[in-house]
Amino acid sequence: MSIWERMSKVDRRIIYLLLSLVVIIPIVFRIPSTIAVSESAQMAYDAVDRLPAGTPIIFSTDFDPASMPELRPMMTAVLRHAFKKKLKVIMMGHWPTGIPLSTIILEEVAQEFKAEYGVDYINIGYRPGAGLVMIQMGREIRSVFDIDIQGNPLDSLPMMRQVHNYSDIGLIACFEAGAMGDIWVIYAWGRFGVNIIMGTTAVVTPDAYPYLAARQIEGLIGGMAGAAAYEKLVEHPDKAMIRMSSQAWAHILIIVFIIIGNIGYFMMRRAERIKKRGTV
Amino acid sequence: MKERKGLIIGSVILIIIFIGMLIKGEPSKNIMVWIAAILTLSIYSFLYRDNIFYKFAEHLFVGVSVGYSVSVVYQNAFIRRVFDPLFITRTYIVEGQFHILPFLAVVIPTLIGLLMVSVFTKRQAWLIRIPIAFVVGSYAGMSISPSFQANIFEQTRSTLHIALSISSFIMIFGVITTLVYFFFSKEHKGFLGRTANVGIWFIMIAFGASFGYTVMARISLLIGRMNFLLYDWLGVIK
Repeated sequence: MSIWERMSKVDRRIIYLLLSLVVIIPIVFRIPSTIAVSESAQMAYDAVDRLPAGTPIIFSTDFDPASMPELRPMMTAVLRHAFKKKLKVIMMGHWPTGIPLSTIILEEVAQEFKAEYGVDYINIGYRPGAGLVMIQMGREIRSVFDIDIQGNPLDSLPMMRQVHNYSDIGLIACFEAGAMGDIWVIYAWGRFGVNIIMGTTAVVTPDAYPYLAARQIEGLIGGMAGAAAYEKLVEHPDKAMIRMSSQAWAHILIIVFIIIGNIGYFMMRRAERIKKRGTV
Repeated sequence: MKERKGLIIGSVILIIIFIGMLIKGEPSKNIMVWIAAILTLSIYSFLYRDNIFYKFAEHLFVGVSVGYSVSVVYQNAFIRRVFDPLFITRTYIVEGQFHILPFLAVVIPTLIGLLMVSVFTKRQAWLIRIPIAFVVGSYAGMSISPSFQANIFEQTRSTLHIALSISSFIMIFGVITTLVYFFFSKEHKGFLGRTANVGIWFIMIAFGASFGYTVMARISLLIGRMNFLLYDWLGVIK
């Protein structure tokens, strides 16, 4: 096997091994990395920052455990910002598997800020129906979420007494691992004109950019890089900022392998051409 | 033979690293963390080749996810919207009087929903068309107008919002050439062909950006798991 052939056919197990190493080493040795704040993350931050204290903000958990490494840090950072600004947090979700996760995240951050349940934040959980739920919430939140996750009627919770529909909501912050963000834009923004910011997994981020360009959403926190940028903005370095170093080194490794593979491929093609010319 | 030798050497190295970490770190005393760690390693064993540990973890994950989702939907849809109003809160009885409308508002949708089960019978399978027609019809009515508004009109307005800047010019140029590539009513030859080729470049750049983001997403998942193994399980990172 020629050197070019070896370059274009590196054993995948070697790639996995090297990838694991470049991910583990920065985590273990805490190698720092520079975090650049993207314009889209800054816009999301500004949208939350503009809200006056006491404004209700909806957090929609539309993800499952598979997306936790990306969406947990960004949801934590936005929640910290919301509690710091004394906003009233309403947690909900459209993915049944997301609610236990968001409950853990919410309780952790609420404890950090000594927020009181029912006064500073509530968790209304999950209801099936997605688009229908969003439309009903535009008329009366109680028509779909008559009780919270603990079984309390919404009217028994002080912070919900004046909150009935989207006109009482300052912002929707939705955290997306799928297409639920599109549905939020179609119904909540399209029909009711609610301001939305989106936190998305990196896979979903390219699909959300057109909404940002058209100003259908107020800001976009894309993947782990977006989460790290938001952590920097709220001046609370956490998981995303620590993990970005591994992310950067892994990207460098992948770029190197792409270059090696392509050099091998083009050199093999060249060698084949020369060989053909020689035989003719 | 060579592969087997490599496998044995690799396994020995991994076991030595693992024992070293167990001694140096502070392994978790929580049984659930150990189960999660073993399942994580079982899934990653697929990177070497397909095996029984991977298959077990995969099937377990699918089963648990489906089971959990079904129970949550059952509680939030059937119990809260059907069982409770009919048998517990009895929303159709107000001040001791029976009211037919609230009763039918629960019973009719439930009966239509139950027709979904007809698909499991041979002779009555056609009945499934009724709930499907209902769902498709209502969703189409509900979605068409706002979808056009959010995804077509607003996007077109945003694209045509011409500003005197290079990015604005590139955007309009990219949209037009990409649309030309998807115009199949005329053969892609001459000017049309050259324009469509430019469109292909824009599509490739979009795919490249999308691939870059996908890499970031997958690496994030790997980082998350490594963090779990090293921090939560082995306690190597403080």
